[in-house]
Amino acid sequence: MQSETKSRVDQVTAPSGHPVVVIRFEGDIASTSKEAVLGAYQSLPKETTKIILLDFTGVDYINSSGIALVIQLLIEAANAGQKVYCFGLSTHFTKVFTMVGITKYAGLFATQTEALAAL
Amino acid sequence: MSESNSTIVELRLPTHLGYEKVAMSTAASLAKLRGFPEDRIEDLKTAVAEACINAIEHGNRLNEKLSVGVVLRAESDSLEVKVIDDGSGIKKQPAKPDIDRKMHGEEDARGMGMFLIQALVDEAEWVTGLDGKSSYVRLLIKLDKDAV
Repeated sequence: MQSETKSRVDQVTAPSGHPVVVIRFEGDIASTSKEAVLGAYQSLPKETTKIILLDFTGVDYINSSGIALVIQLLIEAANAGQKVYCFGLSTHFTKVFTMVGITKYAGLFATQTEALAAL
Repeated sequence: MSESNSTIVELRLPTHLGYEKVAMSTAASLAKLRGFPEDRIEDLKTAVAEACINAIEHGNRLNEKLSVGVVLRAESDSLEVKVIDDGSGIKKQPAKPDIDRKMHGEEDARGMGMFLIQALVDEAEWVTGLDGKSSYVRLLIKLDKDAV
């Protein structure tokens, strides 16, 4: 019933020259999205991945179980000394991420361009 | 489509994760017909989805022989949603989620559903059925969030 979550990993470079990994999500982010969210993150090489952007542009529905997966990703990234930022969230989910406190551990940006410019 | 009387829509959902989206879409359609602004509809969608997920996971304990009832009542200035399950209700409200505790592994990363419901609607109450079953959560969202 829930639409399958797809994720894709891209490598980009910020204007500052920092290498950045972008994990792009598509579909719903819910309890069934563990592989797409945590699996995609865990497939990244920890030694060379220092900055991660989470792209929510293709996501329409995120529930509390999906938010919990994002928090688990943030916990693992914090333990690995990585920085995580998010972009492409709708106005509503920007509000929800702010309400639950994610903004304290992951900066939110409207677009990839804005996020990269800030790095 | 202008309506002055209350309108009731009832749904019966399978106890299966994912079907909360049926209730979410129905609530959104009803709210849109009643002229709710987009931001209130988004609040309603998340609150209804979380209430249904709680009913499926905790109320009915994923028992697919049971169903989740959803009753939506639209009034001229508000929309009430009751989500009914076969559980025994909530003994006590969970503590407000604390992102710092979650990040430090002192609190489960999950457990945000009730918090989101309360934060996004104007009224939320959890009612235990008299027979220890048929418990429900009642949500009320107003057309104008600032209306008294």
